[in-house]
Amino acid sequence: MKAILKSEFWYRFSKNRLTVAGTILVILLFVVSFLAPWISPYDPGEINLRMVLSPPSEGHLLGTDQLGRDVLSRMIWGSRISLKVGFVATGIAILIGAVLGALAGYYGKWVDTIIMRFVDIMLCFPSFFLILAVIAFLEPSIWNIMIVIGLTSWMGITRLVRADFITLREREFVQAARAIGASDFRIIFIHILPNAMASVLVAATLGVAGAILTESALSFLGIGVQPPTPSWGNILTAGKDNIDIAWWLSLYPGLAILITVLGFNLLGEGIRDSLDPRLRN
Amino acid sequence: MLRYIAKRLVFMIPMLIGITIISFIVIHLAPGSPTDLQTEMNPRVSAEMKERIRAMYDLDKPLYQQYLSWLGKLVTLDLGNSFATDHRPVFDKILERIPVTIIINVLSMILIIIVAIPIGVLSAVHQDSLFDKITGVFVFVGFAMPTFWLALLLMILFGIHLGWLPISGIRSLNYEYLAPGAAFIDLVKHLVLPVLLSAFGGLAGLSRYMRANMLEVIRQDYITTARAKGLSERVIIYKHALRNALLPVITILGLSVPGLIGGSVIFETIFAIPGMGQLFYMSAMSRDYPVIMGILFIGAVLTLIGNLIADVSYALADPRIRVA
Repeated sequence: MKAILKSEFWYRFSKNRLTVAGTILVILLFVVSFLAPWISPYDPGEINLRMVLSPPSEGHLLGTDQLGRDVLSRMIWGSRISLKVGFVATGIAILIGAVLGALAGYYGKWVDTIIMRFVDIMLCFPSFFLILAVIAFLEPSIWNIMIVIGLTSWMGITRLVRADFITLREREFVQAARAIGASDFRIIFIHILPNAMASVLVAATLGVAGAILTESALSFLGIGVQPPTPSWGNILTAGKDNIDIAWWLSLYPGLAILITVLGFNLLGEGIRDSLDPRLRN
Repeated sequence: MLRYIAKRLVFMIPMLIGITIISFIVIHLAPGSPTDLQTEMNPRVSAEMKERIRAMYDLDKPLYQQYLSWLGKLVTLDLGNSFATDHRPVFDKILERIPVTIIINVLSMILIIIVAIPIGVLSAVHQDSLFDKITGVFVFVGFAMPTFWLALLLMILFGIHLGWLPISGIRSLNYEYLAPGAAFIDLVKHLVLPVLLSAFGGLAGLSRYMRANMLEVIRQDYITTARAKGLSERVIIYKHALRNALLPVITILGLSVPGLIGGSVIFETIFAIPGMGQLFYMSAMSRDYPVIMGILFIGAVLTLIGNLIADVSYALADPRIRVA
């Protein structure tokens, strides 16, 4: 821990005010979603038909929805959904992207050609179309959404890992490992991959932000997280349905998405700048 | 150059075959079948009847046979008939929806170019100025903005509170009775919000990219040379630097095509615009396989053509690139 705090990375990381702001936003989000059962003023599923669509007041700080449920409580619980989808989807994307990128970069030749052509093809789909097509067929559930978002967002990571592997595979430590008879599997995953993790970490942080945005868009269109489970996207659907009477249903959940995504983006860019100042633009 | 284009066009064919195979597998391997929606709710439909319906749509055949017959028809520009009750040819269905989508996307592309490039150039030339900092914040917020939410907010502001703009469809109900001039204004009013919003996502990205390019270019030796010759700052920036910084932008614009097309699903659903995105959404919901396949195919073709145009114009604009 002391070594980290003294390192050059930490120095640059903590120097940048925007990065620190991003980190605080992300931590805050974790705290809120972790403490959801204790800090939300109401049960997120509690229906109160006498309080339907009531504007923000002292009893309900952010107002109520079309069933009289407390919007603030639903948003607090919704943060859990956003984080879950963001992390699991990105985890899947990293797993696929790192393995394919490692194989393509390490073996080169026809392995590389096949994998990279596959990447090109996947990049040709308007990805939202592909996601929509699959989700619409499957039962819309949070697990399916995580899987589908993960399966359609690994291409960038593949390219990054491949580029790292192409330079790393020629380095002395790899030759040394080969000389003492290490297997390809060992060289790829134990020796080279840890050295390629820096760029993956950056892509992953930005990927979490992207996955959260996609999930909210899908839930907004009614094919993501299904009510009564609260998610920021499906509260916005109610906002659209009541657009002429209940502005608070449209305003606050979107603000939560914006701030969350902003937090992860700032954090990701901060990590990138601190790892390698040459990458700054 | 013509040979290069021809070569690229030929190379598109294996790409398209790969794309259609993946789409086909993804669509057909997903659980459920299009016949479910017609039959599940109806207790009088027997298992035998279900089989007959499946056979009618060729869904009982092996997957590779279905794919080959789809591909065979594609060669004659036949994308099959819709599973929807109208059973119309998919090609016609898409053709009548595509103009709106393309008009909105082209307009927003133009908007992106004329707004983002000056922003990028100015914030690079005046690096660390107030303008640069403000646009920097705008770019960060722009990256994080869920555009469908921005759409909701703008609808509330301009559509409901101020009442300046309509919030759904592309025509008013009394469109047919309007004079040609008024009809045009009516159309423009309907398109303002969708175009603005679909441009929004690209704005942040392109202006940041333009700024980075410009910063790189103005540090080059030939710019120092131009300064040493005593050229005015205006000539240096707008003649020598800008031209070179613009080149990579062409590629970015080509790459942004799938994003724009994908985004049209969201905007067309929010604003009830009868375009390709809305058709896709409705077809996906009713498992209309032929229409879904058709749109995925056409979306991929548009993307590949976008990339080709980008590469060709790059080669035309930059004499250093020789295509042979």
